[in-house]
Amino acid sequence: MSTESEGVQALSGEQAVPLGRIPTKQRLAISRQTMPERGAEARSHTFDEVNLGFNAQIALLEAQRCLLCKQPHCVKGCPVGVDIPAFISRVAEGDLAGAAERLMACNTLPGVTGRVCPQETQCEGQCPRGATLRGVTGQPVGIGYLERYVADWAAVNVTGIPEPAPSSGRRVAVVGSGPAGLTAAGELVKHGHDVTVFEAFHSPGGVLVYGIPEFRLPKEIVHREVDRLVKQGVRIEYNAIIGRTFTLPELRKDYDAVFVAVGAGLPVFMDVPGENLKGVYSANEYLTRVNLMGAWMPDGETPVLSGKRVAVVGGGNVAMDAVRTARRLGAKDAVIVYRRSRAELPARAEEVHHAEQEGVRFDFLTAPLRVVGDDSRWVTGLECRRMELGEPDASGRRRPVPVEGSEFVLPCDTVVVAIGTRANPLLTSTAPDLNLNRWGYIETDDEGHSSMPGVFAGGDIVRGAATVILAMGDGKRVSGAIHRYLEGLPVS
Amino acid sequence: MHKIREKAQLSPNVTRLVVDAPRIAEVRRPGQFVIVRKGPGAERIPLTIVDVDREAGTISLVIQAVGKSTYDLVGLAEGDVITDVAGPLGRPTDLLASGHAVCVGGGVGTAVIWPIAQALAASGVEVTSVIGGRSREWVILEKELRTTGEVIVCTDDGSYGRKGFVTTALDEVCREGGVDEVFAVGPVPMMRACSEVTRPFGVKTTVSLNSIMLDGTGMCGGCRVSIDGASQYACVDGPEFDGHLVDFDSLSDRLTTYREFEQEALARRLACQEA
Ligand SMILES: Cc1cc2nc3c(=O)[nH]c(=O)nc-3n(C[C@H](O)[C@H](O)[C@H](O)COP(=O)(O)OP(=O)(O)OC[C@H]3O[C@@H](n4cnc5c(N)ncnc54)[C@H](O)[C@@H]3O)c2cc1C
Ligand SMILES: Cc1cc2nc3c(=O)[nH]c(=O)nc-3n(C[C@H](O)[C@H](O)[C@H](O)COP(=O)(O)OP(=O)(O)OC[C@H]3O[C@@H](n4cnc5c(N)ncnc54)[C@H](O)[C@@H]3O)c2cc1C
Ligand code: FES
Repeated sequence: MSTESEGVQALSGEQAVPLGRIPTKQRLAISRQTMPERGAEARSHTFDEVNLGFNAQIALLEAQRCLLCKQPHCVKGCPVGVDIPAFISRVAEGDLAGAAERLMACNTLPGVTGRVCPQETQCEGQCPRGATLRGVTGQPVGIGYLERYVADWAAVNVTGIPEPAPSSGRRVAVVGSGPAGLTAAGELVKHGHDVTVFEAFHSPGGVLVYGIPEFRLPKEIVHREVDRLVKQGVRIEYNAIIGRTFTLPELRKDYDAVFVAVGAGLPVFMDVPGENLKGVYSANEYLTRVNLMGAWMPDGETPVLSGKRVAVVGGGNVAMDAVRTARRLGAKDAVIVYRRSRAELPARAEEVHHAEQEGVRFDFLTAPLRVVGDDSRWVTGLECRRMELGEPDASGRRRPVPVEGSEFVLPCDTVVVAIGTRANPLLTSTAPDLNLNRWGYIETDDEGHSSMPGVFAGGDIVRGAATVILAMGDGKRVSGAIHRYLEGLPVS
Repeated sequence: MHKIREKAQLSPNVTRLVVDAPRIAEVRRPGQFVIVRKGPGAERIPLTIVDVDREAGTISLVIQAVGKSTYDLVGLAEGDVITDVAGPLGRPTDLLASGHAVCVGGGVGTAVIWPIAQALAASGVEVTSVIGGRSREWVILEKELRTTGEVIVCTDDGSYGRKGFVTTALDEVCREGGVDEVFAVGPVPMMRACSEVTRPFGVKTTVSLNSIMLDGTGMCGGCRVSIDGASQYACVDGPEFDGHLVDFDSLSDRLTTYREFEQEALARRLACQEA
């Protein structure tokens, strides 16, 4: 804890006080609390969660930093509009039950979003405490950390299952059990609808389980949430691949409404020579083997190559997850190969920071040309070319242009490709009446209604690869539209 | 949960399991497969849907024990359950409408050929099957295939049928002429050899590729194979491809990716069994 904050402990920090009773000046004097974390060296060999979470004392201090702005910009920065000052002020007052209630009114998976949202570009990015004044940049309130704190408290202390709503007599099928599908299922069951979730895998959670690693989001948190939904009456059918086991038109016939939330799960490869050599993975395959199939566990039966020198191509959250996983699987050299510069890295700031702490190297302004292999077709290197930043492109980011003659081979035995994902046509190709945009994503109106009456969609399969909070936001918003749609149906 | 209704030994290392999977039995078409996960912690492995009984709501799997996961599955008894059976996956076989088809099966590949031969015969195509095994006891599904047309059996040691490889018999059939399409399924070298036999005759040859799979839905790319120079996913674009366009070297090479893990896992399993 910083010395700066110690002076105010007499009034705040040690005891819960309504925020209004602490003078602003005193609140301003408390500096941002650091998240306790596992040591970088120790953790780069285990899959235990890196962030350990606030204790009550740290949470109080952090909550008391909130200035209760009249115009809370943080709320505008939140894609689902969580009433942030309301939940934080309850933490400050010591009313955690009240805080949890305010938080969960807009966000059904706060234990997840508190861990994985890119807060620095959302809520915390708008916090005036993070502004630069007279050349000094402040530190925003740790909204994400507080969110996680309240969610973890609620998981232990708020265990009651709400009384089941009277049955509406309507049946809804939800396709996909990622954040969008789970959120929608939770909302729909509250209205008394009979909800069945169809999931292609043998386990629920979508990217939260097969993509995001244990050290960042313990699976327990997702499973806890799924258990709650099941207790509330949601049915989950695993191994049900829509487009194969059932088609979308079949589901539409059997259910009054369908919510399609299948994510954007198709991997994109680099399309360079050598990509079929042994030791080249898509991030999807690499992470699924490790996370969903438990290849990192001693008794996991699914194998994964644990390379000693692993090159991960890409700069997003997926790339950071893959490279940090490689370190934990025993890679001595784990390097990010990214064609733009550090400033353009799309990953969450905390992920980049943690990766660096864990000894991950970054090769910026570097683009792969070819995967190099030996006689038995095992990967031995990644031939790359250096880039420099040119004119800004359509996205406003400066376009990387190759530096002639800068080719070199990065020695490695494993290459993980994490340069994006696309829409999987498995479901959509069996639904001819479903309108898609030119990238294969489902077209919907503002309410999430697709071109097929009674079929709604949300999450990554509508937006393209986006974020957990946006997928959840869609689940919540579109389930409202589904409820209204069902209420408008003639009584049968 | 999928209960095992029947279990039968077809050859020294090939077992048939008849398993509850009513929805899959209802919608599956020939050429499709399932992904099976025996229970918590187990691998997901692809297995062809060899036959179905819609009324009983069951599917037949014919499994050759080659490694840890397949040994575990054939170690189950009637009445035991398999936790996960997902499917049907893959594109159904493109069945020709009429004419003469030759169905070539090597080893457990004969089980993959059987539903194709059955469907072809049902749609009025003349079917000749060429099946092989090391010796008599390794030949499977001969009786079943006889219901679809002529069957030529080849054994390596000549203990049953003709002595020699299926490729020799296939070559002879092709020489007689009038073959419209060849379906060949078995070990990679056998499928490659069959494709080479038919190439000079210009006979369309379909093979079923057994690449390593994980999800079976197109989301991992691990099953990618090189077809005419382009990457395709065996689980969704296949598993059947034009044998004249397949890069068999790359396929057999990729199949060795996890050899060390596999050998270790199998050794450990067999050690457990003995203990
Ligand atoms: C490795 C990784 C790390 C990420 N890190 C972050 C992060 O830190 N912060 C953040 O905000 N976002 C992150 N994201 C993005 C975020 O996870 C996604 O935007 C979000 O999960 C999308 O939710 P969804 O519900 O639309 O789809 P998904 O989570 O993709 O879930 C879709 C579900 O549908 C199932 N399904 C697919 N097809 C079918 C079918 N035909 N039939 C039945 N079921 C089907 C899938 O198996 C899956 O369970 C990350 C993504 C990845 C891959
Ligand atoms: C679409 C498809 C359909 C299949 N249908 C059947 C079937 O009906 N019956 C059946 O017995 N098998 C079938 N297979 C092959 C089966 O999936 C593998 O034999 C199985 O995954 C091996 O698992 P294991 O743990 O027992 O062996 P492993 O320990 O994984 O492997 C042991 C040995 O088998 C080889 N091997 C591994 N995976 C495969 C594979 N996919 N194909 C061939 N050899 C492999 C390895 O190289 C190794 O030499 C099919 C494969 C595919 C892709
Ligand atoms: S098995 Fe994963 S894409 Fe085919």
